[in-house]
Amino acid sequence: MMAYIARRILYAIPILIGVNVLTFLLFFVLNSPDDMARMNLGQKRVTPEAVENWKQERGYHLPLLYNASVQGAARLTDTIFFQKSVKLFQFEFGSSDSGRDIGYDISQRMWPSLAIAVPVLLVGLLVNISYALLIAFFRATYIDFWSVVLCVVMMSISGLFYIIGGQYLVSKLLHLVPISGYDTGFNSIKFLILPAIIGVIGGIGSGTRWYRTLFLEEINKDYVRTARAKGLSERAVLFGHVLKNALIPILTGVVVVLPLLFMGSLITESFFGIPGLGSYTIDAINSQDFAIVRSMVFLGSVLYILGLLLTDISYTLVDPRVRLS
Amino acid sequence: MISHLVILWTDALIFLLLVLALAFGIYASRKPHLRRPWGLVVRSRVGVGTLVVLVFYLIVGLLDSIHFHPLSETSDAAGKASRSSEVISLFDSMVSGLRARQEKTYSAPLATHLYAKESIELADGSTIRDFPRLEHGGSHLSDPGQKPADLVRLSAIGILKGLAVSMVAANCLIILLAVAARSNFGNQAKAVLTASTEIPWRVVLVVLSIMLVLIFWSAELASGYHLLGTDKVGEDVLYQALKSIRTGLVIGTLTTLVMLPAAIMLGIMAGYFRGWVDDVIQYIYTTLNSIPGVLLIAAAILMLQIYMSNHAEEFNSLVERADLRLLFLCIILGVTSWTGLCRLLRGESMKLREVDYVQAATAFGVGHLQIIGRHILPNVLHIVLIAVVLDFSGLVLAEAVLSYVNIGVDPSMNSWGNMINSARLEMAREPIVWWSLAAAMIFMFTLVLSANLFSDVVRDAFDPRLHSSR
Repeated sequence: MMAYIARRILYAIPILIGVNVLTFLLFFVLNSPDDMARMNLGQKRVTPEAVENWKQERGYHLPLLYNASVQGAARLTDTIFFQKSVKLFQFEFGSSDSGRDIGYDISQRMWPSLAIAVPVLLVGLLVNISYALLIAFFRATYIDFWSVVLCVVMMSISGLFYIIGGQYLVSKLLHLVPISGYDTGFNSIKFLILPAIIGVIGGIGSGTRWYRTLFLEEINKDYVRTARAKGLSERAVLFGHVLKNALIPILTGVVVVLPLLFMGSLITESFFGIPGLGSYTIDAINSQDFAIVRSMVFLGSVLYILGLLLTDISYTLVDPRVRLS
Repeated sequence: MISHLVILWTDALIFLLLVLALAFGIYASRKPHLRRPWGLVVRSRVGVGTLVVLVFYLIVGLLDSIHFHPLSETSDAAGKASRSSEVISLFDSMVSGLRARQEKTYSAPLATHLYAKESIELADGSTIRDFPRLEHGGSHLSDPGQKPADLVRLSAIGILKGLAVSMVAANCLIILLAVAARSNFGNQAKAVLTASTEIPWRVVLVVLSIMLVLIFWSAELASGYHLLGTDKVGEDVLYQALKSIRTGLVIGTLTTLVMLPAAIMLGIMAGYFRGWVDDVIQYIYTTLNSIPGVLLIAAAILMLQIYMSNHAEEFNSLVERADLRLLFLCIILGVTSWTGLCRLLRGESMKLREVDYVQAATAFGVGHLQIIGRHILPNVLHIVLIAVVLDFSGLVLAEAVLSYVNIGVDPSMNSWGNMINSARLEMAREPIVWWSLAAAMIFMFTLVLSANLFSDVVRDAFDPRLHSSR
């Protein structure tokens, strides 16, 4: 087990290097730092000195891959690639283009993101599983049919509509909670409750339909027929056997997204003005802050790989038939 | 009228896709194992119903994909009509009324007055502040009070026209069916109306009539009013929503088209050759997959913006520029979404290479390329097809979200995402401007719902587990 985990972590390194090279190509080779400087400083009447200054301030004045003007190992370390990319492996994100410390910002903005993502995940799971179980209980009836229709309809509505509609209805017409904003401690609940509810509602369509498929797949298996044959009630069959076995794919599907919860939700956070990592990323995109976008890309990849690893481990925990080797 | 065709990149690709789809249709109709599932699709009531709706969207999208420079009104000295630099599509010239009738700013659906008050000069020289009459919406009425009666009249004309056209269409269809089945008109009509035909033609006719009546009804109303109101700069919202259809279709289909070659080639290669080829390909797609999709798109679009602003001279017109950005968006969306299909194909071709006839072909010394082309590729085509159909609705929805974050299509391009994006500020106005949002939502919802229902039918038809028991 430990050997497997160690090997998986080693396997992650070339992937992260790949991610790094890719983002480096995207950010520095396709467009030279000069282009970026001109973009940030405005197109017209930029003096070469201003461009040089801009680059100097942000450390973009170094050569891309190989610095011939210095001696020894510094030939490789005094380059943009090393300074901006390799440092990421030590989780040193450096400072953003506007001069703020990215690592500090991330550690601060992580918590609001979690405060909204964790309740959405948990409540969403509860709602979706209960609803899917209900559908499975009434399978092949009108309840089943119309529930599936409802799910497809809900899936077909853009997530933006849930947010705009919810904000309008609850905050503007009914004045139940503020439209957007954030506060610390328990005061934040009134800001978080609407986005959380909207997040859950937005996920019902696809979630319930997916879980219904899983349940129906289990219900047609032989062990369920045996359980019925020995006289168990339908409720005992559903909760004791079907739910337990269907939980394996559900659980592993959840585990894979767990680390990514840190990244927050781009759209929800920016609509509700929650200072999480999602709105941080959006702000960075809109203000064209490459340092932040690059750090978030790296962070996201690390978390994704972590999620894959956790999925494999959770398989062995919930399903004793799976052995990692 | 069409003076000078302009072929944009996405236009060319859309028509390439159309040709490919037709070729595939001909190919599939000759292969029983592909024809049977499609037979199931067109025998399903949901399948044909949604298909009719999708065809209407497709027609608008295709008409909107034929671009040209229109002849301008003014002629130059030589008497030859000069062509203007503006690029419009065939669809634009068909609904030129919608396009030309601009107001000053917002106006509500079917309104006769502007949304905002203005100073109006009266005949006696004094000025008052009031809602001015619209330049076009309801301008044929001498008194705005006649509006309800006029609306009823126009609606009645529109609905009657729609019904008449759908009656003609129904009769034509029944005649065609009767000729094909060598029965007479009466029997065939009875069979269609009692839903006893193999393909549910009654559903086709019902959906077709609903669509036709809706189209004629809205066309009649739109001739005198702004059916869905106007936006901030006074453009007709109905026109914007219709123009957005093409953007949605392009994103939904071209994305899969550009990712297909890579996904098919790499997926089959990984599964067929195994060994180090498999390792390398798996490494590539795990790496790409581990970058969060939105961030990769954001980074790529940011870089494109920089490139475009630094090389502004390479683009002849705004339309071309917006089009190139759309194409680039499709490519980058494809890069983030091809991995799923690639993995599926890898697994499937891994299974196929162990099948007896492939083993036999290998033993006879048939080359790898021939085995892949003759045995593997035809047997994974259905997976590709299902992936294409399933991805469509997700991509249309994704466009809206991306445009909202400003990393979607060009802001100057009509798209549902841009309409929703602008609606964000409009919702805060008093009284609230809801029509842009509503229009975008209705058009998008209809397309996505039809696509979702249709893809469900397609997937069920291709799922062997559902049919083996029957």
